[in-house]
Amino acid sequence: MVSVNGNTHESALIQVRNLDKKYQRGSEEIHVLQGLNLDVDEGEFVAFMGPSGSGKTTLLNLLGGIDLPSSGSITVAGDEISHMSGSKLTAWRARHVGFIFQMYNLIPVLTAFQNVEIPLLLTSLSKADRRTHVEAALAVVGLTDRMHHYPRQLSGGQEQRVAIARAIVSDPTFLLCDEPTGDLDRHSADDILNLLERLVKDFRKTILMVTHDPRAAERAQVSLHLDKGVLIEGQKTGR
Amino acid sequence: MKFLPFLLANLLRKKVRFIMTIGSFTIALFLYCILATIERSFNQGVEVAGADRLVVINKTSIISPLPFSYKERLTQIPNVKHVTYCVWFGGIYQSEKNFFPQLAIDLKTFRGMYPEFKVVPKYWEAFKKDREGCIVGPSTLKRFGWKVGDRIPLRGTIWPGTWEFNICGTYDGTRGDDDLTQFWFRYDYLDERRLPEFGKGTVGWYMVKVDKIDRAAEVVAAIDKRFTNSAYETKTDTEKSFAADFVKQIGNIKLIMLSIGGVVFFTLLLVTGSTMSMSVRERVGELATLKTIGFSDTTVLLLVMAEALTVGLVGGGIGVIVGKLYTLTGDPTGGLLPIFYLAPQNMITGLGLGILIGMLSGLMPALFAMRLRIVEALRRV
Repeated sequence: MVSVNGNTHESALIQVRNLDKKYQRGSEEIHVLQGLNLDVDEGEFVAFMGPSGSGKTTLLNLLGGIDLPSSGSITVAGDEISHMSGSKLTAWRARHVGFIFQMYNLIPVLTAFQNVEIPLLLTSLSKADRRTHVEAALAVVGLTDRMHHYPRQLSGGQEQRVAIARAIVSDPTFLLCDEPTGDLDRHSADDILNLLERLVKDFRKTILMVTHDPRAAERAQVSLHLDKGVLIEGQKTGR
Repeated sequence: MKFLPFLLANLLRKKVRFIMTIGSFTIALFLYCILATIERSFNQGVEVAGADRLVVINKTSIISPLPFSYKERLTQIPNVKHVTYCVWFGGIYQSEKNFFPQLAIDLKTFRGMYPEFKVVPKYWEAFKKDREGCIVGPSTLKRFGWKVGDRIPLRGTIWPGTWEFNICGTYDGTRGDDDLTQFWFRYDYLDERRLPEFGKGTVGWYMVKVDKIDRAAEVVAAIDKRFTNSAYETKTDTEKSFAADFVKQIGNIKLIMLSIGGVVFFTLLLVTGSTMSMSVRERVGELATLKTIGFSDTTVLLLVMAEALTVGLVGGGIGVIVGKLYTLTGDPTGGLLPIFYLAPQNMITGLGLGILIGMLSGLMPALFAMRLRIVEALRRV
């Protein structure tokens, strides 16, 4: 169960304690996140909302281990990541985090199959095993018939589904989605949100999603609000 | 190997740029091959010179003759194993531009001095039987479309008149860079026809083979001492040193070639380095995505370096192959470069240079990719 009050919740998959993030811009110090606490259980779908500059993406970057906090701790599945070295953090990301970006971030010169295969190139899986995993991931997102298409040959919604397949192919501990529907029309956005819901319900994936879109946030089980670097417990959506 | 499709896809993402970059390497390496071939051609005499062979020329200059009678006296000098002599003929076939080396040789002693040249016995037997016979190298046969049995007229320049020769056979070299353009004919034919005032009874130079290489210096000194204060004083040197001095008279060929090659490769490095940098900067977002997914800094560095290496290897490889094929078509100057041969070691060096330039050109972009900070790079997407 999601909580933001910092009370110890031993069974939580993700535990964030007193998280601070400051940036230096010239002589000015910008306090992006201030004493943030968060607990997320396995299989939960959490949405973060808030105005631009409220620290949503910074929080996501810290949770994904692509940025380091100024102070505080982040523990994921027992691993305290806030003090890991760069190389350990890289290996940890490969194993535990699936990223989904607003602009999909697919490699344009690779087919859908090859894009999804990329994370598996870092593993010791054989070519045959990689193929099995990629085909399974593409089947989950419903793109088996488009696996040999290049991103330019796919619609925005299909590109995002490829990106989701890439995020789940190595079976990560949790998924981080940064505005996953921000670049899509309503219909495609609904498809993507349906797919994320399915990942939570059918595959017990843990998803943390940043969004500006209230309709997208409604699809999460819990919606949290960030304002000026402070996390405010939001509403349960009842899903 | 599992990264190969990824590597190729990245290389081929802008095909025109890829082809142009490969083309730059190909042209540069082709030029290197030609320069190396020319340099080798100039130094061929030095390269193939026998370590146990000495050249004895007139102390005044190489164009001044030496008496035929020196042959026996040279043979008597300690540690001299074998002696032969030659005369430069300098004849013209049809036109002065059709240059090829013509040597009047001693039938009995020439082959003993140059075991690297192989003549089929039936050709040599025919040569021995025909006073007007000649043995012609395969390159010269091919160049003029001659064949065994043809009668060839040469216009004498040192010894006037038309000299006719019957082609009795050809020879072959046992090493890749042996000179296959030579034209040998019999000294007795030359000496018989020339007039006393035109050097009758003289030779152009002597070749001396020593029995032990470490005695060469002693023999050199002994020969020149033997003929001191005679009417025909000698200047003796090892064949290698003689050939090197000959090349030096033309100029410092190696320095000229190195200078041209250096400029070409430096320019190539700048052009390719700039192209690789552009290619990497265009992909900042993709590289950041790869790092986000879990590619380490080192893996990203190696991927960029592998791209640069592949460009150098492919472009350089094509350049070397085209260079080799071009040299196989023969001397393009019509005789100025008798040995137009691209040696395997030059091919390997060329390929190595291609790889080195490729890697150097990729180093800065690869370091840039390695140091890329994910958060900043993702903001640019």
